Amino acid sequence: MKKLAIISVAAVTLLSSTLFSAETLKILTWKGYAPKALVEKFEKQTGIKVELTYSNNEEMISKLRATRGAGFDLAQPSQDRISSVQAKYKIYKALDYSKINSSQVITSMLEAVKKNTKVGNESFAVPFCYGTSGLIVNTKLAPNVKDYSDLLNPSYKGKISYRLKRPTLIAIAFSKGDDPFAKYGDVKAYKKLMDGVAKDLKKAKPYVKNYWANGDALLGMIRSGEVTVAMGWDNGGWKLHKENPDLDFIAPKSGALGWIDTFAIPSKAKNVEGAYKWINFILKPENAAYFTNDSGYGTASNGAIALLDAEKKADFQRSFSKADIDNIKWYPPVPAKLEKIEGKILDKIKSAR
Amino acid sequence: MPIFLWLFLLIVLPHIELFLMSLKYENDMGDMVWSLQNYGEFFAEEIYWLTFIRVALYSILVTFLTFVITFPIAFYITKIVSVKYKGFLIILLLMPFWVSELVRVYGWMILLRESGVINYFLQALGLIDKPIEMLYNDVSMIMGLVYTSMLFMVVPLISSLDGMDDSYIEAAHDLGASKIVIFFKIVIPYTAPGIVSGSIVVFMLTLGNYLTPNLMGGKNSLWFTEQIYNQFIASFNWNQGAAFGFLLLILSSFIIWLGLKLTKQNLTKALS
Repeated sequence: MKKLAIISVAAVTLLSSTLFSAETLKILTWKGYAPKALVEKFEKQTGIKVELTYSNNEEMISKLRATRGAGFDLAQPSQDRISSVQAKYKIYKALDYSKINSSQVITSMLEAVKKNTKVGNESFAVPFCYGTSGLIVNTKLAPNVKDYSDLLNPSYKGKISYRLKRPTLIAIAFSKGDDPFAKYGDVKAYKKLMDGVAKDLKKAKPYVKNYWANGDALLGMIRSGEVTVAMGWDNGGWKLHKENPDLDFIAPKSGALGWIDTFAIPSKAKNVEGAYKWINFILKPENAAYFTNDSGYGTASNGAIALLDAEKKADFQRSFSKADIDNIKWYPPVPAKLEKIEGKILDKIKSAR
Repeated sequence: MPIFLWLFLLIVLPHIELFLMSLKYENDMGDMVWSLQNYGEFFAEEIYWLTFIRVALYSILVTFLTFVITFPIAFYITKIVSVKYKGFLIILLLMPFWVSELVRVYGWMILLRESGVINYFLQALGLIDKPIEMLYNDVSMIMGLVYTSMLFMVVPLISSLDGMDDSYIEAAHDLGASKIVIFFKIVIPYTAPGIVSGSIVVFMLTLGNYLTPNLMGGKNSLWFTEQIYNQFIASFNWNQGAAFGFLLLILSSFIIWLGLKLTKQNLTKALS
């Protein structure tokens, strides 16, 4: 018995010492945000081992809330989902902007993110990449698609797909000629608007093929022609366009929805220095350009634009006219109460017959 | 002793925390107060209790279908086929369950989707000229659920049929009982404990399933577990989610209790 105890103590110390010797950096991120080549380059330069966990906004918040901000060294939430969550659950650490090489970041974007993630006197995030949600369309089979309202159009019955998540509610609200962002501050008016949106989505439920949950699965369905009109991210549409010129991303008439994803450091992060190292590494122009060329998302890195493939620029210009760019609706920070309203509405739509 | 520690740390303790959480409600001032409001919400909001009733009825249907499909298989393996092949056939039944549920569900999706295998062959044979959508409806969802739960019904059935002496059937036959009478008066009563334990497991697994309804049912599949997930993840309302979790536990236990009473079965006998 005594022998067993000694062996187990020895094993534990051995295990923990090997864990400490190899410095690790645990990143909670989205799929595609840390390309393999860049991870390897970072590991080689710094000797820090990178561990990636793929997630989305809602799960990121829930995971960090469950551990009260422990378990990860770096997270990548969208800029609009930080301030209210931080005020309530305190899951992030205030950033030390002096540790970030801010000459590498596009100034206007950095300032906007700082402002939108402010709680008290401190800010909590640095921009990493941006993109838009709009329509991914098979222009041959569905040539007249112009706006989100086509997601409810009976003439594409059984060929429509969208996510049953908050961006869809917001998109439909915009296509009704309303401005949901202006109503963020007024819970009653927002609820009334969303009830109207829910009514439309319920009425159009027979026309939708499915509510997609996985971006790759959606691209698969558009590729095979099973879906001809979908709401999705711009880079997905451009990826498909490269394979088949009939498929493309379209900026909707009532405005593409613009998001910015960020870096934020969880409040109980162990390797804070490593996290700053990663931020500064991935925003270096050559690395950021590699990321954008690889994934198709826009980058917040300052010098990267000059290093982008011509094809990426062509994608952007084909989908966005000057007017479309001016019409992009950037998400303002989400106030607390809204998620509860939206959650109930989404449940109602899903259970409707 | 370790079993109690295990149960206490991993099951009892988290449930106590969830239970306390389910009793707290955020009032309009943004303060957390003790309240039964979260439970009240379930009964006040039509979609929640309607979803629960729908899911409970579907789970009962799935349990029944699973029994109807697996009983002949269990009977065949234990009573008809020669003992030599019995082990081999049981292995064949177990084999699909060596891969995870997720992979099996994706397998079904590859078969059934609009550009899938079945549609391809039907078109190649000229039986249809346009692919038909076979996924994302209640029928395919129920089929998927039956498929995932078959194993949990067939194993208890085999073990209780195994213990049954064939001479009972022969005696009844000699005394002139018809096949139907033999089935209902001899076979069913004898295997009742196996049927009950298989049904309880299948019912609970189906009611608590998340993956299959979500992937195969698609847009109409709102399962009660999904509402719990939505409360936790999408609405950040853990208190409501915890209350739903407890309601699922209480209501499903009640349904099982009711089922046992109606069929005059005994839980301890079924599990022995």
